[in-house]
Amino acid sequence: MAQSSSLSELVRTTFPQWVIATHAYGGNDTVVLKREGLIEAMRFLRDDSRSAFNVLMDLSCVDYLKFGRTPASRPSITTPSPLPYFMTPKPNAQVWERGVGPEYRFEVVYHLYSVQRNHRLRIKVPLTEADPAIDSVTTVWSAANWLEREVWDMFGVRFNGHPNLKRILMYESFQGHALRKDYPAYKRQPLIGPLN
Amino acid sequence: MTPDTSLTDPSTRSMEASMATETRHMFLNIGPSHPAMHGIIKIIAELDGEKIVKSDVEIGYLHRAFEKMSEQGPYNNVLPYSDRLNYVSPLINNFGYCYAVEQLMGITATERCQYIRMIMSEISRISDHLTCIGASAMELGAFTVFLYMIKAREWLWELVEDVCGARLTISYGRVGGVKADLPVGFADKTRNVLEETRKVLLECDSLLTRNRIFLDRMQGTGVISADEALAYGITGPFLRGSGVGYDVRKAQPYFAYDRVKFDVPTGKHGDNYDRYLVRLEEIEQAMRIIEQGLDQIPAGPIQVDFEGKPLPAAVMVDEAKEGFTAGFHEKEVQPDPTLGGSTKRFHAGINAPEKRAVLPAKEDTYGNIEGLMHHFKLVMMGHGIRPPKGEIYAAVEGANGELGFYVVSDGGDRPYRVRVRPPCFAIMSALPLLIDGSMLADLVPTFGSVNMIGGELDR
Repeated sequence: MAQSSSLSELVRTTFPQWVIATHAYGGNDTVVLKREGLIEAMRFLRDDSRSAFNVLMDLSCVDYLKFGRTPASRPSITTPSPLPYFMTPKPNAQVWERGVGPEYRFEVVYHLYSVQRNHRLRIKVPLTEADPAIDSVTTVWSAANWLEREVWDMFGVRFNGHPNLKRILMYESFQGHALRKDYPAYKRQPLIGPLN
Repeated sequence: MTPDTSLTDPSTRSMEASMATETRHMFLNIGPSHPAMHGIIKIIAELDGEKIVKSDVEIGYLHRAFEKMSEQGPYNNVLPYSDRLNYVSPLINNFGYCYAVEQLMGITATERCQYIRMIMSEISRISDHLTCIGASAMELGAFTVFLYMIKAREWLWELVEDVCGARLTISYGRVGGVKADLPVGFADKTRNVLEETRKVLLECDSLLTRNRIFLDRMQGTGVISADEALAYGITGPFLRGSGVGYDVRKAQPYFAYDRVKFDVPTGKHGDNYDRYLVRLEEIEQAMRIIEQGLDQIPAGPIQVDFEGKPLPAAVMVDEAKEGFTAGFHEKEVQPDPTLGGSTKRFHAGINAPEKRAVLPAKEDTYGNIEGLMHHFKLVMMGHGIRPPKGEIYAAVEGANGELGFYVVSDGGDRPYRVRVRPPCFAIMSALPLLIDGSMLADLVPTFGSVNMIGGELDR
């Protein structure tokens, strides 16, 4: 898509020091950014007339802890038979690259949309496990308020400058962050009743 | 007569005056379980008399770990969970998820399947809007409208039941297609239902649209400007009520929406009344889409009589075990009634020719070794649908706004991450903005027009 690639080019030429990688897998234009330049880049993307991203459609996070190493991503668990021909990837298929190494465990993903220009852009910011913290974009889009609370709740990523960073879907005394890959899916925790 | 000193005496006067004007704000917990809250949600309102000064919204009471559970099983196992996101229009969630995974794999659904998905999505949209308008009208005292609209919704759900055997938890979509073809006579029945629904809408329109009480409650309450709505990421009828004509179906057409004509209604004032009108008009536009879709849909299988009677699936399995497989290629199977329309005759029309994702027809599974192997390669643990490594964000227009699925694959047979962008999450985060400074009673119509669906809000 010509229009999409011009978008990531726009980000790349404006902030060459912060862009780690760009790709357009499946037609979804994506820019991988360093976290230091996030707020400035987001403000630019919102206010510049070429991008005009006035809607923060979605803000989520992915935990890459077990990426490509889950039992399911091996060809087979019990049978050593190879994949049939129709299930192997086509040789001319587009190849997706993450852009950063596995030392960056988390990736905060922003999906932007522009109503005026009718285009989308995905911004990804990789974070390390040791310091999963990033600047809050609540000052750029109000929509980020609850979405960042959800990411904090589910992944334990801290958002610096968030006005009210507390759990949103789980209860306050819940231990751990449920969508991290090292949180067991069937783990039980006691439900805490009302205080009074 | 001696004047009353208590009024002139400064000490007593100030005390009395302070007693007379002393006001305290009251905190009122509305919910989590309250008849005017659809679903479970808590609004903590700070009240000054009957006015809401400040409010805080607490959600999460219906959290069922949709995103976590999606990572635990194969790709098609997410579909039953996705039924339970927006449970008033589950078909749209189904198709939205399938659309995302298909894009990840580079599959395009067949033409007939695109139309089926479009028609079924619009039927869901109508039933969702009917529920929303009906319920919010009931909360304002118009119980008749609620009953009329639920009656119409019942007809629509009967259509859904005809197609997929269930009314609510339908699991009708499949990656690469749909479960089964439309039943015989679906088009005529749908046209009749739409005609009847139009009559119901006319009745409800005359009961509500110029009703003095309804107008007073709805006009000028819950106002949000277009800029604020966009900053909060609000989409769907809520945004269109504020005058922004953003609709995924028009802006980035998917399925067959670029081949039908429809309008995107917008409001002017961004209040509850405009949103009501937008929803009402959207029902009409959805009917337009369905009617055009039924006219344009490519023909299904040619209804030719097969030789002999269709074989019950169980009999076919037994015969295959005995080794009587001669002529199985041509035989037709009569599977379980809920699987009607998914047999070989219909298979190619509704499923993409993609062996990577689509199960073979039952005749092939039971009747020849290639089909059987293909079937097992898709359902065995560790095999199944395996999109290449990658990520995709695909959006469809849900009944409440943009419903997006962000799917990440690590090359395995189960999704590495499924993130759903729930449309009413954004609207709920803006709820304090809508109700702060208004009367407590205005909370009810405002909250009704949000059309909060607990399933998709808390996931």
